[in-house]
Amino acid sequence: MASITLDHLAHAYRPDPRGPQDYQLKEINHVWRQGGAYALLGPSGCGKTTLLNIISGLVTPTTGRILFDGRDVTHLPTEARNIAQVFQFPVVYDTMTVRENLAFPLKNRHVPRADIVRRVEEIASRLDLSAVLDRKAQNLTADAKQKISLGRGLVRADVAAILFDEPLTVIDPHLKWQLRSSLKELHRALDLTMIYVTHDQTEALTFADTVVVMHDGSVVQTGSPEELFLRPAHTFVGHFIGSPGMNVLPAEVRGRTAYIEGIAIALPCAYPALPAGARIELGVRPEFAQLARAGSGLPVKVRRIDDLGRTRIARIEIAGHAAAATVPEGLSIEGDAAGLKLDPAQIHIYADGALVAGEGGV
Amino acid sequence: MEKPINNRAWLLVAPVFLIVAFSAILPIMTVVNYSVQDTFGNNQFFWNGLGWFQELLDPSTELGGRFFAALWRNLAFSAIILAIEVPLGILVALSMPREGWKVAATLVVMALPLLIPWNVVGTIWQVFARADIGLLGYGLNWLGIDYNYTGDTLSAWITIVVMDVWHWTSLVALLCYAGLKSIPDAYYQAARIDGASRWAIFTTIQLPKMKRVLLIAVLLRFMDSFMIYTEPFVLTGGGPGNATTFLSIDLVKLALGQFDLGKAAAMSLVYNLIVLAVCWVFYTVMTNTGSERADRGEPA
Repeated sequence: MASITLDHLAHAYRPDPRGPQDYQLKEINHVWRQGGAYALLGPSGCGKTTLLNIISGLVTPTTGRILFDGRDVTHLPTEARNIAQVFQFPVVYDTMTVRENLAFPLKNRHVPRADIVRRVEEIASRLDLSAVLDRKAQNLTADAKQKISLGRGLVRADVAAILFDEPLTVIDPHLKWQLRSSLKELHRALDLTMIYVTHDQTEALTFADTVVVMHDGSVVQTGSPEELFLRPAHTFVGHFIGSPGMNVLPAEVRGRTAYIEGIAIALPCAYPALPAGARIELGVRPEFAQLARAGSGLPVKVRRIDDLGRTRIARIEIAGHAAAATVPEGLSIEGDAAGLKLDPAQIHIYADGALVAGEGGV
Repeated sequence: MEKPINNRAWLLVAPVFLIVAFSAILPIMTVVNYSVQDTFGNNQFFWNGLGWFQELLDPSTELGGRFFAALWRNLAFSAIILAIEVPLGILVALSMPREGWKVAATLVVMALPLLIPWNVVGTIWQVFARADIGLLGYGLNWLGIDYNYTGDTLSAWITIVVMDVWHWTSLVALLCYAGLKSIPDAYYQAARIDGASRWAIFTTIQLPKMKRVLLIAVLLRFMDSFMIYTEPFVLTGGGPGNATTFLSIDLVKLALGQFDLGKAAAMSLVYNLIVLAVCWVFYTVMTNTGSERADRGEPA
């Protein structure tokens, strides 16, 4: 059991990094609480697997330290850390039975035989593997194999954290839900720190209490799924989370009003401290932008309406900029002219991509 | 529904029949023909039935005696070189570099012995191991080790085995290397997390993943060593005495040296059957391990 602290951690795969462009992982300070369910979310190549491998000890960071409960483990090898990892492709030892697979990490650590037997039975029943314990691991389906990989982590009594590296990639869609909910259950039952790497926002948002969003080698926001949705700290988070993502429109802010190509939008608060010369953008999620009849709200042009079943999403244009909005039930639009009503409390202002806090709001 | 019968389809198959007939069936039938007859030259042949086969398979006769002696020699040779080349090849493959310019360099060096024509390999070792002028032979004798492959059976065997190991270990190593390269990194990482020792990684990951290429390597090396002719022929000519007379060398002696066409034909048919049988066993084992994989929907 441990909390994991990343202290000024950075990593470059080049041995002689010169500038920030050489770093695949830019400086990170972060504490993973004991018992938390975390998701590390970001597009492919943003450095999330690198970060995971640094935590598990497969990669040694270029600079910075990593602490388990305050103990520096930066240079400890993987096997000396209390970490388990589940990989993208299921790893099972082909020649062994499921039972031998599960016992393998304990056998390597010279745990007494009786303890191994008890532990393996216990974990197998938790993972629904009891029925296949004596079958060869290589003949099982991908999801069972992935459970075995997970089980090899869980059998170790000393494991402080389990790291998942996109573990559901090769699992059939209808089994993904099932496996993910058993992961949640395990997390509740075992009080383990779990860090789940994924590029799939649904996976991240359903699994984790805290989502860490990474972009281009750095952490852009850490927060609950709700925070990420309501207050994206970066336009990237706005885009990446939500389907469709947040509307981000170039704007000009004067007092409590934003102007998009001359169209005025009332803001809930003032932004006196906007940096000069920065790229100012207004962000609002499609969920808080409702289409209305032409003549009410902001004038917009409707390009098409997508019926998503549960809701309808209108693809619109505001002064030439593409955006998305929800279509309220019962509204039908004639032609392409329509109005747009925004929820003022859910409008955010970004300077060079980063969220700016307003002043004097409600 | 009536099926139309179209005999022209035979025309499409005919070329294959012809080619196989001329390349395989006719020559083999000639050998079969010789094997049931005896000749005293002058193109006169006498019917002998299964006489040669009975003699060949009876170790108490002169023909059977030399056949079984050569067969055991051959099997012993194959067993020895497999016992050396397979573990050595695995060891070499494990210590070969995984990335960088060294990979290309190693591969070229490893491939060199495989590219040398067999009789040249024989000649190289024939000269290299000579006790009077060869570096190896002279050096060993200078060190006080009594070594002379033309006169001493043990020396001759050691020379032939070492020559074969030098010539063919690369093949085993390259096959194993290919097998090792195909193991995803995640396996090694998982093993490290599971705290596996170097030996456990070898037995639980590397060896099982190399199984298929190893089977191919063993098959290739067995067949090749079982049919070996050129190198020992050049190096020792089957001597000293008959100490290194393997089946193929004995066959040539019998057919071309003594011109005993009937005996030689019977011997080559039995020889051929042994090779076929071993091939069949390996083929069955390999396709079985292959279909196990296919059942699981994995790439081979």
